[in-house]
Amino acid sequence: MSASSSLPVGAEAIQVKGWLKANRFLILRRLSQAFFLGLFLLGPWFGIWWVEGTLASSRTFDVLPLTDPLVLIQSIIAGHLPELTAVTGAIIVVTVYALVGGRTYCSWVCPINPVTDAAHWLHVRLGLPKGWQPKKSTRLWLLVGVLGASALSGTIAWELVNPITALHRGLVFGMGFAWMLVLCVLLFDLLVSRRGWCGRLCPVGAFYGLVGTASVLRVTAAKRSACDDCMDCYAVCPENHVISPALKGAKGSTPLILSSDCTNCGRCIDVCAVDVFAFTHRFDNAHNDIAAPSGAAPTKQAV
Amino acid sequence: MSATGKPISPERRRFLTDTARAAGGCLLAGSALAYLASDAKALPAEALRPPGALAEEAFLSACVRCGLCVRDCPYDTLKLAELGEDGPATGSPFFTARDVPCEMCDDIPCVAACPTGALDPDLTRIDEARMGTAVLVDQENCLNFLGLRCDVCYRVCPVIDEAITLELSHNNRSGKHAIFAPTVYADKCTGCGKCEKSCVLPEAAIKVLPIRLARGSSAEHYLKGWEEKERKGAPLVDGIIDLPDRMPDGLPSVSSDPGAFEPAFKLPGSSQ
Repeated sequence: MSASSSLPVGAEAIQVKGWLKANRFLILRRLSQAFFLGLFLLGPWFGIWWVEGTLASSRTFDVLPLTDPLVLIQSIIAGHLPELTAVTGAIIVVTVYALVGGRTYCSWVCPINPVTDAAHWLHVRLGLPKGWQPKKSTRLWLLVGVLGASALSGTIAWELVNPITALHRGLVFGMGFAWMLVLCVLLFDLLVSRRGWCGRLCPVGAFYGLVGTASVLRVTAAKRSACDDCMDCYAVCPENHVISPALKGAKGSTPLILSSDCTNCGRCIDVCAVDVFAFTHRFDNAHNDIAAPSGAAPTKQAV
Repeated sequence: MSATGKPISPERRRFLTDTARAAGGCLLAGSALAYLASDAKALPAEALRPPGALAEEAFLSACVRCGLCVRDCPYDTLKLAELGEDGPATGSPFFTARDVPCEMCDDIPCVAACPTGALDPDLTRIDEARMGTAVLVDQENCLNFLGLRCDVCYRVCPVIDEAITLELSHNNRSGKHAIFAPTVYADKCTGCGKCEKSCVLPEAAIKVLPIRLARGSSAEHYLKGWEEKERKGAPLVDGIIDLPDRMPDGLPSVSSDPGAFEPAFKLPGSSQ
């Protein structure tokens, strides 16, 4: 442990790299979330109809169809054979997220992410206990349950309670009492289970995790030998079990964060004062295990 | 203790408990959701689905609640149901005829917009849409039934004289006037709701109802004699004997005045 571990999370990075660089992916991520939501709101708010519809299915510039693949799978399981437009839209979405990381959706697009991030921020501020922490696999079981419910009921079951599309549709078309679903998620994360919704329960996240299993875009701990064990990355990471295999892996093991749970949010890159982490592609195995923390060095390992 | 006398390994025990717990939770959550889903199938009577909507059960498996039909509706007829405020399943499209009826666009933009086929793309003629069926629910307050000439529901109907007609009958109250009863023909009515929208009464006397509420159904084994006879071109029962008509005294007998009391059908083989 270095002395820096006594500083608040991210403080050292701000001292070393400056506030902007120590928050750049957080800022980019918020801009991205605002951008994707804003595209949908341009129409109803300003009459600029570039993107119409909701996250469930949309039409961009009157030509590009995009469809939520999980919604469509539920529809098929419920017994409907969708038209080609929706199928095309879902294939496009799956392809993109299979490349950039399925859970990139969670941290860069999903409108619930700012809500659960706010809950976590408040959770830390209030110093609340971790609370109930169901297993990480719970969301996969919930995904199975959702698909089963769709098959049994013959409806797109998750869309009855899905806080993501409920919030999005609420903002774009009219809220009704959909805000209560969002409030439930906020209170759950705040009072019941720290980072419980996105990290343990949400079946949409579980689905996108599966989509991104072999994704190309990855975070690497390439300069892991420079790590001074300040633990800031573990503190900011919403899925911090993904870090250890890359950061603390045996000499010669891959420095890539290969877990499909990683949301590619980039906060680890932000808060690391010694720049251990970086975005790269999954075929980039370069790391500096042998080299001194500062030096350029051979990256090949003796096997 | 297992049968071999060795204790179950802790890993195995944990695996079994975890699996049981996960499966139980999954079952519980799934059933809760399935219950909610079956509950959401109850579509309120005043909520009408857009043209071409599949039957409600199929519709709920097909509609992803994207709202593209709502966006492409040029008359702002369609709405997406809001949670806790509107009756239909959350986020699904509907309209309320009394607020804004369907204008029955020729190009049916809502159907064209639907990416999933929840609104059936095979619907190409809007006159074939069946969003519901208009029913004159309140004859006691309908002005036409009171003997007045309101006629508004008839006048506004886009399928006038086919989906709705005015049927004349004697006005027994005044003794000398007529009653022009608005009469709906369900096989032609699209359920657009313009009649309900324009009914002049504070509460419409004619309403568009979902077909399941608006219509009865004929028993499968019922045959209508007059239709069957027309199809066959002959009486359905062979060998009916044409008995002589016995006329009251003073009236000419049938034989002396052929055609006076001729039966409505021709007996086979009895030409003239």
